[in-house]
Amino acid sequence: MSTSTPETLEPRQSRVSRQLDPGFERSDRIFHKASTLIGLSTLVLTGAIGLFLGEQSIPTLSHYGLAFFTGTQWQPEIDKIGIASVLVGTAEVAFVAVCVAFPLAIMFALFISDFAPRRIKSSLISAIDLMAAVPSIIYGLWGFFLLQPKAMDLSRWLSQHFGWFFLFHVDTDPNAAVWQQSRYTSSVFIVGLAVSMMAIPLACAVMRSVFDLTPLGEREAAMALGATRWGVVRTVVLPFAKGGIIGGTMLALGRALGETAAVLVIISPAYGINFHVLEAGGQTVSALIAGNFGNATKAQLSALLTAGFVLFLITLAVNYGAAIVIRRSRSGAATEI
Amino acid sequence: MTTLHEPGDAVAASDAPVARVARTPRKIRRLTPDDWTSLVGALLASFALVTLIYEHLLNLSGVLGYLVCWYAAFVVVYATVLRMANSRKVVIERLVTVTLYLAASIVVGALLSTVVYTFAQGFHAYVHLNFFTHDMTGVSPTAPLSQGGILHAIVGTVIEVAIAVIASVPLGIGTAVYLSEVGGRWSQSVRTVVEAMTALPEILAGLFVYVVLIVYVGMPKTGLAVSLAMAVTMVPIIARASEVALRVVPNGLREASEALGATHWRTVYKVVLPSARAGLATATILAVARGIGETAVPLITSGASSFLNFNPVTNPMNSLPLYIYTSYTTHEPSAVTRAFGAASVLLAMVVVLFVVTRFLSRDKGAPR
Repeated sequence: MSTSTPETLEPRQSRVSRQLDPGFERSDRIFHKASTLIGLSTLVLTGAIGLFLGEQSIPTLSHYGLAFFTGTQWQPEIDKIGIASVLVGTAEVAFVAVCVAFPLAIMFALFISDFAPRRIKSSLISAIDLMAAVPSIIYGLWGFFLLQPKAMDLSRWLSQHFGWFFLFHVDTDPNAAVWQQSRYTSSVFIVGLAVSMMAIPLACAVMRSVFDLTPLGEREAAMALGATRWGVVRTVVLPFAKGGIIGGTMLALGRALGETAAVLVIISPAYGINFHVLEAGGQTVSALIAGNFGNATKAQLSALLTAGFVLFLITLAVNYGAAIVIRRSRSGAATEI
Repeated sequence: MTTLHEPGDAVAASDAPVARVARTPRKIRRLTPDDWTSLVGALLASFALVTLIYEHLLNLSGVLGYLVCWYAAFVVVYATVLRMANSRKVVIERLVTVTLYLAASIVVGALLSTVVYTFAQGFHAYVHLNFFTHDMTGVSPTAPLSQGGILHAIVGTVIEVAIAVIASVPLGIGTAVYLSEVGGRWSQSVRTVVEAMTALPEILAGLFVYVVLIVYVGMPKTGLAVSLAMAVTMVPIIARASEVALRVVPNGLREASEALGATHWRTVYKVVLPSARAGLATATILAVARGIGETAVPLITSGASSFLNFNPVTNPMNSLPLYIYTSYTTHEPSAVTRAFGAASVLLAMVVVLFVVTRFLSRDKGAPR
């Protein structure tokens, strides 16, 4: 019983096998490192915004404590500062803006993706992109000078017929023969309408891109089963794009929460929690900061930066949620045919 | 609009299957005379009805309410007319279609009214040549429009945007390259954060730069601070749009380049980036269009000034949005007209950038 000794085997085993993957060249390693660094810098930047604003808000928070979040007055002269009413105002503006923007954005996106004649489709896409590019200050001027007189009629009509509902209540006699116009100007409602002009293109662009991703096979299958265009939209496009619709709306909400210039132009600052959106006066966090920044003392500056920090946390949470929802809706939800 | 057959039609057709086959394809997006008449008829009928009863019977007033009532009446009339000859499905389809047309015209109408109104209101300001060649040094807000101008604001905007582009393009495109070409453990989180940052309120970018440069470093309020704050908001926009542009570059090009022995860096630099050139330019211009209109940023990081300043590191620098805002807050009629004139110039800049974008993205591989 003799077994062959190792010496009789092929000598190949002793040789070192050739490296098939020599790794990256030096230039590539530098390239990868550099681009990773740049990519991570956006993470660092976001973190830095939070850190710096947070650091600046320590003195204010330690001075006012929890009262900073529950107080409704902004009177630095008598050392009473609180952002409760401003936060409510911000939420109201965003709420009105999203209520207006959501139906218009989804209908416009559906119109572009499924209903518009093919000839005008590209012009409609250009229109929505241009709408996103128009500076917010211009929407502010438009809202104040052109929209406000028209929207006041609507405000009055709403308060006449739905005044029993607390949102639409206005503290004046809406049925008066000569109605008190000044009670209806510069309201949260009108600000919300102007802000919705910025929210619509954002939401619409996201929704449209998701509608376009609807699997063609499923569309055609629905068509082949005799569905009308609305039938296709209802049974295929909308269920498929649910994530994109929610994400786009949240993104629009984030934009509406942080909008500054248009709010600053239209609103007349008023503090105190007031849910009557049609009534004159209100305030949002961003308009508060921008409006008072110029002539603020050091302590007030810190208070404004704290308000900015709160706004940062809110918008980041909303936008981050939106980004996650949109990302999920874009990956792997499609059925391949 | 789609012309639809009712189930009854199909039965009728199957009775005589030989002769009914259409020789020419049916145009499914074309309105038949029947569709036209019912649509126009319903429009006219509801118009007449509302005109009759709106002010006299219902005692309502206001243009907006009139349009709402017209629409409501139109829906009822149109549905009734359609129901006479069509199935329920067809009626719903038509009503959805007209509603979507209405929504689209509201959105487009709002956009058009913004553009037209701005140019119309600013007309009395920008017809004067001095509006473009003078600054506001020594000109009071109440001065007639033939004095003073916005040269300082235009120059300021151009300089600030130029610096912001120089600062943000390498970072933005670098991030896009990282996301699309290199990737790695962090790419998913970077992508999500970039997406979230595109909607970062501009005022926060302004506050951030204010804290870092003016509070910590001790810089005065200048045009440079504005540019850097602009860049903070522009980087995520460029990164996101560029990533989309890079992703549509065909993989075959990358593989061909690597198969020829090029390193990854040379592939990206010589093949991928040049192929996506139009898309990258589009991304940059989109970001510029966004940055150029930021109002809160200059409000916080630079003061308004009335004189021409070419130097971004000393003295405040005015810019168009800031000029518009400060003129508006005076509430003087001539200052407001100047504000609209400046708004027209700003809007014209945005539209020009926009048209360039369209032009660039039209040829080969539209990045959207």
